[in-house]
Amino acid sequence: MRSLFLALFLRDLKLAARRRSDALLPLAFFALACALFPLGVGPLPQTLHDIAPGVIWACALLAALVPLPSLYALDHADGSLDQMLLAGDRAALGIAAAKAAAHWTTHGLPLALLAPGAGLMLGMTGVEAGVLCASLLIGTPCLSLLGAAGAALTVGLRNAGVLVVVLVLPLCVPVLVFGAGAAVAVQEGQSPLAHLALLGAMLLFTATATPPLSAAALRASLA
Amino acid sequence: MAFPAPALELVHLACRRGGRALFRGVNLALPAGRMAWLRGGNGRGKSSLLRLAAGLARPDAGRVLWQGAPLHANASFHAQRAYVAHAHALNDDLRAAEALRFLARVSGRDAGDASVSNALARMDLLALRDAPVRRLSQGQRRRLALARLALEPRAGLWLLDEPFDALDARAADALRALLHEHLRADGCALIASHQPIAAAAFGAIELDLDAHAALA
Repeated sequence: MRSLFLALFLRDLKLAARRRSDALLPLAFFALACALFPLGVGPLPQTLHDIAPGVIWACALLAALVPLPSLYALDHADGSLDQMLLAGDRAALGIAAAKAAAHWTTHGLPLALLAPGAGLMLGMTGVEAGVLCASLLIGTPCLSLLGAAGAALTVGLRNAGVLVVVLVLPLCVPVLVFGAGAAVAVQEGQSPLAHLALLGAMLLFTATATPPLSAAALRASLA
Repeated sequence: MAFPAPALELVHLACRRGGRALFRGVNLALPAGRMAWLRGGNGRGKSSLLRLAAGLARPDAGRVLWQGAPLHANASFHAQRAYVAHAHALNDDLRAAEALRFLARVSGRDAGDASVSNALARMDLLALRDAPVRRLSQGQRRRLALARLALEPRAGLWLLDEPFDALDARAADALRALLHEHLRADGCALIASHQPIAAAAFGAIELDLDAHAALA
């Protein structure tokens, strides 16, 4: 299982490096979506500053969902998924973990690193942007894990694209609430530690609960 | 005279696909070193039977046994079977050698440069080693998918779905040579094909799914 995890994780990173546009599109989506708010809400600095954490977190969440429909699609279509599932009883678990890890490395991590820039653009202070970045560093792995589970549940379905978004979005709400809450707490002069700790707890929970769920979904997709 | 125990055994196998019964009552005892030729018209369930034998799907009735034990109870089965399906499991953006090495690693083998080169050479693909899979023709992809069989050949079970499709005469000869070596090393093979595959030369057991068609 470990060798399968490594093989698939490294292959997906290699593929992401080769298909750079696929990796950059969610980031472009994120930047554009964040840039819409000053245009739509109006350029008042105080308003933008106040809504910045929620806006950035919501945009990051949506951007993280963009690549989900294609997470398993290609491997399912070309038969690679079958070959990987043949690797043993615990193969599905290795596949699920590798896909979530690859999604985070290629999409979650860059989003977390890009977010402080968007925060500064919307008028956040350096400290606030730093806390926002920290909340995304803990929160985006949760999104990757939940998203990968949703993608596994919809492997091989025809409307997988929209379905996976509808399926995963509600599950991500707690992550959004506490992630944005951390930066809001700093804006209001409170400590963000409680929010970050809760995010950490969610990460532990999703990291233990979702890979077996994904694995079961992958095995069920065969039948 | 002692009969060798069958390595792969299909017992009263039945399969339904999308609510339609494909076949029932399929029996096969395949001893080590023998090959079975799975025949049948389009839509008779050749590919479905191979998926059952690979352990990718569960039969609706009957059992698949490998060395006398059911597939799930057989921890060593994963490393011993090679399933080359219609879909080649080759990613378009990988180079030929990378795709082959990935397939090897997925089945738990760490193929070194030398054995990858050797496998590519067996299927006459050495010149395309660094070519991206997207540039390969159908026949070349087929050869690349089959080159996996030449990686560290070990006695086990080969499940091949229409392996001769899209192959030119030379590649078909290379595949037959691989098959001969595999059978001589006490491996077994279950090959689905609607073309005659010189079954007699291999001493293949014929399994005709047309004869087992379930009445609709």
